[in-house]
Amino acid sequence: MRSLSLSGHVGFDSLPDQLVSKSVSQGFSFNILCVGETGIGKSTLMNTLFNTTFENEEASHFHNGVHLRPRTYSLQESNVDLQLTIVDTVGFGDQVNKEESYKPIVDYIDAQFENFLEEELKIKRSLYNYHDSRIHICLYFIAPSGHSLKSLDLVTMKKLDSKVNIIPIIAKADTVSKSELQKFKIKIMSELVSNGVQIYQFPTDDEAVAEINSSMNAHLPFAVIGSSEEVKIGNKMVRARQYPWGVVQVENESHCDFVKLREMLIRVNMLDLREQTHARHYELYRRCKLEEMGFKDTDADSEPFSLQETYVAKRREFIGELQMKEEQMRQMFVNKVKETEAELKEKERELHERFEMLKRTHQEEKRSLEEMRRDFEEEMNTFNRRKVAAETLQSLQGSTGLKKDKEKKT
Amino acid sequence: MTTNIRYKSRSMKSEDSEDKQYVGFATLPNQVHRKSVKKGFDFTLMVAGESGLGKSTLVNSLFLTDLYKDRKLLNAEERINQTVEITKHTVDIEEKGVKLKLTIVDTPGFGDAVNNNECWRPITDYIDQQFEQYFRDESGLNRKNILDNRVHCCLYFIPPFGHGLRPVDVEFMKALHEKVNIIPLISKADCLTPTEVKKLKDRVRDEIERFGIKVYQFPECDSDEEEEFKQMDKELKECTPFAVIGSNTVVEARGQRVRGRLYPWGIVEVENQSHCDFVKLRNMLIRSHMHDLKDVTCDVHYENYRAHCIQEMTSKLAQDNRTDSPLPILPLPTPDVETEKLIKMKDEELKRMQEMLEKMQQQMHEKDQ
Repeated sequence: MRSLSLSGHVGFDSLPDQLVSKSVSQGFSFNILCVGETGIGKSTLMNTLFNTTFENEEASHFHNGVHLRPRTYSLQESNVDLQLTIVDTVGFGDQVNKEESYKPIVDYIDAQFENFLEEELKIKRSLYNYHDSRIHICLYFIAPSGHSLKSLDLVTMKKLDSKVNIIPIIAKADTVSKSELQKFKIKIMSELVSNGVQIYQFPTDDEAVAEINSSMNAHLPFAVIGSSEEVKIGNKMVRARQYPWGVVQVENESHCDFVKLREMLIRVNMLDLREQTHARHYELYRRCKLEEMGFKDTDADSEPFSLQETYVAKRREFIGELQMKEEQMRQMFVNKVKETEAELKEKERELHERFEMLKRTHQEEKRSLEEMRRDFEEEMNTFNRRKVAAETLQSLQGSTGLKKDKEKKT
Repeated sequence: MTTNIRYKSRSMKSEDSEDKQYVGFATLPNQVHRKSVKKGFDFTLMVAGESGLGKSTLVNSLFLTDLYKDRKLLNAEERINQTVEITKHTVDIEEKGVKLKLTIVDTPGFGDAVNNNECWRPITDYIDQQFEQYFRDESGLNRKNILDNRVHCCLYFIPPFGHGLRPVDVEFMKALHEKVNIIPLISKADCLTPTEVKKLKDRVRDEIERFGIKVYQFPECDSDEEEEFKQMDKELKECTPFAVIGSNTVVEARGQRVRGRLYPWGIVEVENQSHCDFVKLRNMLIRSHMHDLKDVTCDVHYENYRAHCIQEMTSKLAQDNRTDSPLPILPLPTPDVETEKLIKMKDEELKRMQEMLEKMQQQMHEKDQ
């Protein structure tokens, strides 16, 4: 390609302005995920960051598991519209057994990616109007123990670092003194590095912001304090926390790193966070998902695959599978029928046999009964005869007896 | 009787020969004092709570020593599957001639793993073991030198970062409240403003009542104590659970060197009553209620354990009918009501069967005849 020089002003240097005005009219969306234990200050920090009060009730410590609560708000500053979604992790860190605590968070992030992927793959799609719900930034709130990360923190961040941009922050930092803070930050960073957790690095390739970004990278994790109350300092009302021993001002850089966080998160790198989410995390998800489904970029001959061919091939495969399954089921059905038929036949035969047997026994019994009856009748007859004989004998005897008596008497 | 009255009326007049009126048993407290100083005291304190809540720092601040010079803290990876250990540190400290043998029982690893199911079991086992050992020693032949290792008090550290008690706190306290005196503390209280402290204390007190956890109660004042003492006692009770801050370092504040924490926005003084309740905790634990804690442990928790143990033993013996028990069999002062009933029932059954047997014998005899 040749590069030419212009001999006059053409006017395409207004392209960025056109882009800006278009994106302003479109509006921006930004999604923040706050992960941290109950009561650590997530809602207060959001209120402080965006200088407003998002409605939020205090959560209880006795939830059975972790669940995510997304809330969307519409904010406006100058003429820029922002659709802000804040996702809260309710119940995180409260259970006695926290082995499953990271799962709902990972599932939520994946679900947002899945929704976007579906929209992308639709036939009639409207990406222009699609409300992007993918999480652009995860603020991980670390409890200020002063020693190191908690085991739950490490486990959770390891599961999240490949899915979302993580910025770890030390919450309630007004309980860590300056000397302890340095050691604490160093310990946290070394633990993250030694366990291979990839946190978000502020980009240093754009010269406009490279310097400030690289100096900020050195201050991670930010030690922040949030406040919903205001205190009068001098003649201004500032967000601060009033203690008997002093007043902690949120926006005082020597008190905490809140200003740094706000700079980095909102004023300098918000767009980069969105782009990273799309270019790195979403692409990774998409690639894994499509590989699962069997798509490849190059086939066995290293020829670029066309989607259509893959699709047709997949369809054939799928239909073939369906047919096979149908065959299998039909076979199974036929086999079952045969089996049951055979069983029934067996039973029938058995019944017949028993019937025959019973009939036979019945007949035999009848016969024996007949015999017994005949015997009995014979007996009866003999008995009768004997009886008659005995009676006649008796009468004879009686008469002879009489005769004898008579003879005796005479 | 009349002699007493005579003596009393005489002492009012404060006449000559006062030693005749004065019996002298008013010196008993002095004798107790002298003897106890000679014997020395011992106290076992257990600290429990997640890592990073300031337990070691508080213990150092309470006893103004450094008990944890070279301890090794685990990092997050090692703690994922950590089990709870029990470690003991014993020090002998002395103040104005009074010697105290202080034992601190620490529970590293409690609540640190990802899965903390029953993580209090090693702790309850340890406490039971100490009770069992004391029980054995007490029932032994030579009882002169019994070592009392029973845990007298357990300081439980509640993190101030939440809205109240968490499930693991509730379960721990419920597992231990009938074995040891539990004193719940709100740790690292320098992250709470005074309103937040009050709110959290009320919340924790409510939840303790709601879940039926029996924490250590201060004994009621006698009605004839001074007003000032009663007032202090009332304030103490309303302040629980104590919100404490500990510090290992000495800083310069208002021209004095005090234990405190240095922040860019001010200095937190550990011993300043308007900053935290450390002083109240120290007074309560060491200066006024140490002995009461020991008494409650001996009279209530240990006795519960002992009664439970003996009951189990005798029911087991009745079943097994063995005579070689690990402990010497103590003669039961009162037989169990239940076993008595059983014995009566069996007797009656036997009588009935004997009668039946006689009847049958008679019948047979008659039949033979």
